[in-house]
Amino acid sequence: MKVIVQEAAFDPWKEVCEYQEEHIGAGKHGASVTFIGSMRDFNDGVEGLSNMYLDHYPGMTEKHIERVCQDALDKWDVMDAFVIHRVGDISPNDAIVLVAVWSEHRAMAFDACRFIINDLKHRAPFWKREANEQGERWVEGNTVDEVADQHSDMAKRAS
Amino acid sequence: MKIAVKYFASMRDTMGKADESVEISENASVSDLWSSVAESSMPENTLIAVNMEYTDAAHALQDGDEVAFFPPVTGG
Repeated sequence: MKVIVQEAAFDPWKEVCEYQEEHIGAGKHGASVTFIGSMRDFNDGVEGLSNMYLDHYPGMTEKHIERVCQDALDKWDVMDAFVIHRVGDISPNDAIVLVAVWSEHRAMAFDACRFIINDLKHRAPFWKREANEQGERWVEGNTVDEVADQHSDMAKRAS
Repeated sequence: MKIAVKYFASMRDTMGKADESVEISENASVSDLWSSVAESSMPENTLIAVNMEYTDAAHALQDGDEVAFFPPVTGG
């Protein structure tokens, strides 16, 4: 498992390939699920976003994501998890976050990847500040993952 | 006892600083700490971490603790 919080831009596809080659091994996994979050040039009715600043709590951020990844590895039968998250100045189309999970079968990798990114979006201490020609503003909340909520409701009804 | 306090994002703007060191009486809670650093009540959606672990305003503080106040997170 590896968690990186960095200012530098990164190519998520290259990072996934390199990590897989180094840590997973050929022929060892049957499924890999990758989530990549990128910066849009619009958000919440605001158009023409020119850049964004991503603030974070150094130390707590890494600690929190590492714990969530470990929780995912403990909860599902997955082989490994890899996360990269940008901080600092970000431009439209830049990758902000990469979550990659490997397992023998797809269901475990899908569930673990969704678990990690949803926790990261709602609990990991990052804050977006968006800028356009009119000025800057702190983003006030993340979108809800409706499918995850449906799964949670279904699980509650079934129990 | 001495507490290191940190503010992030819009909370940093509101407080006008990123961090400060605060002297507070023994047995103080996070809520007591807030009363000593802020003039108004804590915004309802404020998140609190003590020593980089989420907690709540009733948490009892110890000498040397690091306390952070911040708004809802928006990463990913």
